[in-house]
Amino acid sequence: MAKGEVKARAHTTRAVPEPAFVQLLTPEGDRVEHPDYAVDFTDDEYRSLYHDLVVVRKLDAEATALQRQGELGIWASLLGQEAAQVGSGRALRAQDMAFPTYREHGVLYCRGIDPIMPLSLFRGVDQGAWDPNEFKFNMYTIVIGAQTLHATGYAMGIAKDGKVGSDDGEAVIAYFGDGATSQGDVNEAFIWASVFNAPLVFFCQNNQYAISEPLERQTRVPLYHRASGFGFPGLRVDGNDVLACYAVTRKALDDARHGQGPSLIEAYTYRMGAHTTSDDPSRYRIASEVEAWQAKDPIKRLRAFLTKQGMAKDDYFDAIDEEARVAAVGLRERVLNMPNPDPLTLFDHVYPHGSPELAQQKEQFAKYLASFEGSGH
Amino acid sequence: MTAENLTLGKALNTGLRRAMERDPKVLIMGEDVGKLGGVFRITDGLQKDFGDERVIDTPLAESGIVGTAVGLAIRGYRPVCEIQFDGFVYPAYDQIVSQVAKLHYRSQGKVSLPIVIRIPFGGGIGAVEHHSESPEAYFAHTAGLKVVSCANPDDAYWMIQQSIESDDPIIFLEPKRRYWEKGQVNVDSASLPLHAARVARPGNDVTVLAYGPMVRTALDAATAAEEDGRSLEVIDLRSLSPLDMAPVYESVRRTGRAIVVHEAPGNLGLGAEIAARVTEECFYSLEAPVLRVTGFDTPYPAARLEEEYLPDLDRVLDAVDRSFGF
Repeated sequence: MAKGEVKARAHTTRAVPEPAFVQLLTPEGDRVEHPDYAVDFTDDEYRSLYHDLVVVRKLDAEATALQRQGELGIWASLLGQEAAQVGSGRALRAQDMAFPTYREHGVLYCRGIDPIMPLSLFRGVDQGAWDPNEFKFNMYTIVIGAQTLHATGYAMGIAKDGKVGSDDGEAVIAYFGDGATSQGDVNEAFIWASVFNAPLVFFCQNNQYAISEPLERQTRVPLYHRASGFGFPGLRVDGNDVLACYAVTRKALDDARHGQGPSLIEAYTYRMGAHTTSDDPSRYRIASEVEAWQAKDPIKRLRAFLTKQGMAKDDYFDAIDEEARVAAVGLRERVLNMPNPDPLTLFDHVYPHGSPELAQQKEQFAKYLASFEGSGH
Repeated sequence: MTAENLTLGKALNTGLRRAMERDPKVLIMGEDVGKLGGVFRITDGLQKDFGDERVIDTPLAESGIVGTAVGLAIRGYRPVCEIQFDGFVYPAYDQIVSQVAKLHYRSQGKVSLPIVIRIPFGGGIGAVEHHSESPEAYFAHTAGLKVVSCANPDDAYWMIQQSIESDDPIIFLEPKRRYWEKGQVNVDSASLPLHAARVARPGNDVTVLAYGPMVRTALDAATAAEEDGRSLEVIDLRSLSPLDMAPVYESVRRTGRAIVVHEAPGNLGLGAEIAARVTEECFYSLEAPVLRVTGFDTPYPAARLEEEYLPDLDRVLDAVDRSFGF
């Protein structure tokens, strides 16, 4: 083997064979039935799912381009994971709360949030400041797995507020990846959610890699099997099937809001791009693996389905592409127009009611900065 | 004034009770805080009276205690977390430093986390390792946290209530070896705001700065020094972050001498910061360098060695002598 070549992953090390997953739409775009899960979408709803997948992918590509042009410091692309995010995101009801990682741009979009909102974080003009309760969508969490405990606490609060046990009940979804399942916090969150019967869905997007490390380095069993050890149900869903992702998440959230406790969904998918724009996946995975997953593309299969069912034709798909293009141009313009923060704001909001010491540091730094004015530096 | 004679531990218990009566959003969560009332009985009887939805026996996982408290706080609750011993806070360190301390800042004020993390700290109880540590500098070094320590029952009663009412995340350090010391508690009104230092004993010759368990030690040293004709002014810092330095500067400008006492190791401890600030602000008033009387730069030793490790009356008096030697 030549130097620099990447060796194929050794799947033979698995302790058990790959299990089946819940699937409602094949990679070829054919609907298949499942004994436990179904969807009942209108034609318009099917088309709107396609719309969301396409727009989310286009906005993501635009953000990657913005990083390449130096306009963002970094970007964590969701490429390949659109179905997992749109399916689960659309399954949330208005009263539900989401706790994302830093990659859930598709879920954010499906919550009806302006996609510009997280871009300031990646541009570095702020740290992703928004009110979780206003958007029912927590701030992005960078520390791997830390948000699963926050989600669990929030879900315990729902139960304390008496907001479980009916159709109006509230539920929480906690997003994380395959790498995060090795974190202590995620395992603690499993335990807490279980013993307190929290109304919570753990939604793991298993995209096969934690930066460079393949799944084999995190687990010897399918990730969804972990749930049984913690005392709640777990299942694997085809993470590139937006219909199945929607169906299983909807059911899990509704079970949670009715008081049936937590569950784990493993959305089996693939990170088609890099971990972030700072990463180089050619160092650790082979082209044939990526090609195999391209054949399972979430958008391609829904387009095939819509075409076969006569729900949409090329003019519709072209119109969606154009809408996505316009949205991306708009996103770009707004990113370029984001003002840099005033240097003195770095002292703000450390404490809810300020602090005399920081006020003094701010004043001194202002004087220091002012001392350069007019000096030509 | 209505005064009650309470131990420091009972004063904390009563203060927690008052806070829970006042605000139904206040929760207590920790290991063994329910039926047992905590290993030091600080939460004794609270679960019986407020129920297990508000006084929560948690799984044995400190990161989980603090991490779920974050979510509960986002939901609108005011969690009071008990960490059973100082040396067991480290599994929660990531949640405290990376999440609790930073969420208000990075949300630009849109998220407040009114969380109190109670930690019995310090040595002197003959315990095995991990049960006698003084981790305050780790937290005082972290922007976004506030750190306080009570030294007497009246402060215990009021400072725990003030901490729970505060919108800041607060590390509340309890001097575990003083839990059983009794004192008068004025249950009518607090004598000071939370982040204020107090002159615990007025004096003229040397300013001795202490907090938590070392306030009693400093006061004992002041009594002993009086017999030698030296007048020690003892200041109980109470708030470790932010430090309330104005009374310290005022005192040092009068006495010209300052000695900081704490159990934690000296290297990069609170004493180092205080010495730097006193030097910056009181340089022309100082008759001697600011001295430190602290634990040694070793791990906390075995119980049969802790009397050697811990600052005591004699080591404080020795520092007083050294200060006058300059």
